[in-house]
Amino acid sequence: MYEARFHGRGGQGAVTAANILAAAAYSEGKYSQAFPIFGVERRGAPVAAFLRIDEKPIDIKFQIYEPDAVIIQDPSLLDVKEANVRGGLKSGGTVIINTKKDPSNFDFGDAKVYTVDATEIAIENGLGTKTNPIVNTAIIGAFVRVTGKVSLDAAVKAVYELSPAKRDQNVAAVKQAYESVKGV
Amino acid sequence: MGVKQVVKGNFATAVAAKLARVDVVPAYPITPSTLFPEQISQYIANGEMDAELLLTESEHSAMSAAIGASAAGARVATATASQGLKLMSEMLFIASGMRLPIVAAIGNRALSAPINIWCDHSDTMAERDSGWMQFYAENNQAALDLMLMAFKIAEDHRVLLPAMVGLDAFVLTHTMEGVDVPLQEEVDEFLPQYKPLYTLDVKNPMTFGSFGTPAHYMEFKYQQWEAMNNARKVIDEVFKEFEEKFGRKYEQVSEYRTDDADIIFITMGSVSGTARAAVDRLREKGIKVGAAKIVVFRPFPHERIREIAKKAKVLAILDRAVSFGMSGPVFADISGSLINEEKRPMLLDFIIGLGGRDITFRDFDEMTEISMKTLEAGKVEEPVHWINLRKELLEGGA
Repeated sequence: MYEARFHGRGGQGAVTAANILAAAAYSEGKYSQAFPIFGVERRGAPVAAFLRIDEKPIDIKFQIYEPDAVIIQDPSLLDVKEANVRGGLKSGGTVIINTKKDPSNFDFGDAKVYTVDATEIAIENGLGTKTNPIVNTAIIGAFVRVTGKVSLDAAVKAVYELSPAKRDQNVAAVKQAYESVKGV
Repeated sequence: MGVKQVVKGNFATAVAAKLARVDVVPAYPITPSTLFPEQISQYIANGEMDAELLLTESEHSAMSAAIGASAAGARVATATASQGLKLMSEMLFIASGMRLPIVAAIGNRALSAPINIWCDHSDTMAERDSGWMQFYAENNQAALDLMLMAFKIAEDHRVLLPAMVGLDAFVLTHTMEGVDVPLQEEVDEFLPQYKPLYTLDVKNPMTFGSFGTPAHYMEFKYQQWEAMNNARKVIDEVFKEFEEKFGRKYEQVSEYRTDDADIIFITMGSVSGTARAAVDRLREKGIKVGAAKIVVFRPFPHERIREIAKKAKVLAILDRAVSFGMSGPVFADISGSLINEEKRPMLLDFIIGLGGRDITFRDFDEMTEISMKTLEAGKVEEPVHWINLRKELLEGGA
C-alpha cells in the first residue's frame, strides 16, 4: 500500500488533488482512498489530505501517520510547527515541495526531495489569481512523475473530467509540472 | 455490471435515492450530510431526477413533510445527522407508528455539548427505540447498497417500517473510494415502484396517526413489534436477492476468522475494515482473534449473536456511543441477547472513537491486551473500558 499526505492552505486544492489522484488510480484498476483531515478547511489555514493506493481493496479507515510521501503545496508550511509536515515520514520516503528553489536547499534526512514551481505554472495557466493561485493540478503532475503510482494519461483524464472549470488549462498545468519537476 | 466511480459516501446515498426513483426529498442541511440534498438538487436541476426537493425550515419540518408525502404514497428519502436527527426525533416515532417506509441516510456524528462535527454513533443509538430499522455501512459501496435495499425491506407489506442507513461522518461521508454504481435498469428490476398498503386518498378517506386510547394503543405497538420481527426474514430475503442480482453479499452480521477465535471483536460501521486488518496483524503474532460486523442493529440480530458467541471465550464489543450510567448500547443489547444462554463468553465493552477520535491498530492492541488479561483471569473484573483516553487531560477531576 502506498500512502501520501498532502499539505496545503485552504483554497489551494490539496483535498481535491488527493481526490483526483484517487480517481486516476482507480481508473487504472487499482484501489484508492482519499480523505481530508476533517473540519479545518478554512481559506489560508493549514489543511492536509490523505491518499492511499493499493493493488488490493483498502479496508483500513484511519488517518495516515507514516506516509511514504509528503507533498507540500505551500513552502511557508515548512515553518509552521502545527502543520507538522515532516511528521512520521517513512525512512527513504519522498518529499515534493512547491518552490522555485532546487531540492538541495531542503534537508529531510534520508528522504528524497523534489521541487516544482507549481505557483508559477498555475499563474501562467490562469488558475486562481496571482495572490491565490490554485496549484493542485501542477502538484498532481509532479506527483505522477516522481512516484509513478498513476500514469500521466490517467491523471490527465481525471483532471480533465473532474475540473469544475478551465479544463484545458488544468491539463496543461499537469503536463508542465510533469516535465519541469526538479530532482528526478 | 454498473459504473465504477470514485465517490464520497454522501454521493453514494444520493445516487441510491436517484436510482430508487425517490419521489420526494424533504431535507434540511447539516454537516456532514449536506452533500446529500446538494447532490439531489443538482440531479433535479440537470433533469436526471424527477423528484420534489422540499427545503424545509428545520429537520423537524423535514421529517413532518416526509411523513405527509409517504402517507400520500410517495417514495421518500432524506438525510441528516447529529443534532438534526435529534430535532427530528419527535417525528421519527410518528413515522414508525404510522408505518411509513421512509428511508433516511444518517451521517453518524457526535452530539453536543461540547459541539463536535466528527464521527460517532450517539445520534442513531439514541434513536434505537424509535421503531426505525437501523443499518450501518462499512464503506461507500455498502452505503449505496444498503440504501437501495432499505427501500425494498421498508416497503415490504410484512414490514412497513421506516429505515435509517448510518454512514460514519467524514470517514465515509467525505471520503472518496471506489464504488460500483448499479445501472438504472438493474435497480428498476430489483426495486419496483412503491405500492402502499394504505394511502391518503380523497376518494377513499382514511385516518392516519389517529388517537389511540388505552383500549387500542397496545395493539398498535404490538403490530410494530411484529413488523420489526418480520423484518428479520425480509432482510435475509432482500440481501439474498441483492446478492443474486448485483453479486455483492450482505449479512445481518458478517464474520471474519472467527472459527477458532478466543477473542472476537464486535464492530459496526467504518471501523469494521480496520478490525479485519487488525485481526490479520494479531493472528500473525499467534493471537487467536476474529471479528464480527453488525450490519443490522434494528431489528437486533439475536440469533446470529448467539451463534457467534458460541465460538468465543471473550466478546470484545466496540461501542461508538455511551449510555451514561449503564454501558455502551451495543454491549447492553448483546448482553440481553445472551442472558438466557446456558454457556456464554465473557463480555467486555470498549467505549471508543467518540467525537471522531481516530481508531487505529494501537487501539486494537490495547483492547486485545485487556481481553487477554480477562481470558487469563477467567473472569471480568471491570466490563466497561474507555480506549485511548487522554488521561493527562483528566487530572484535576470532574
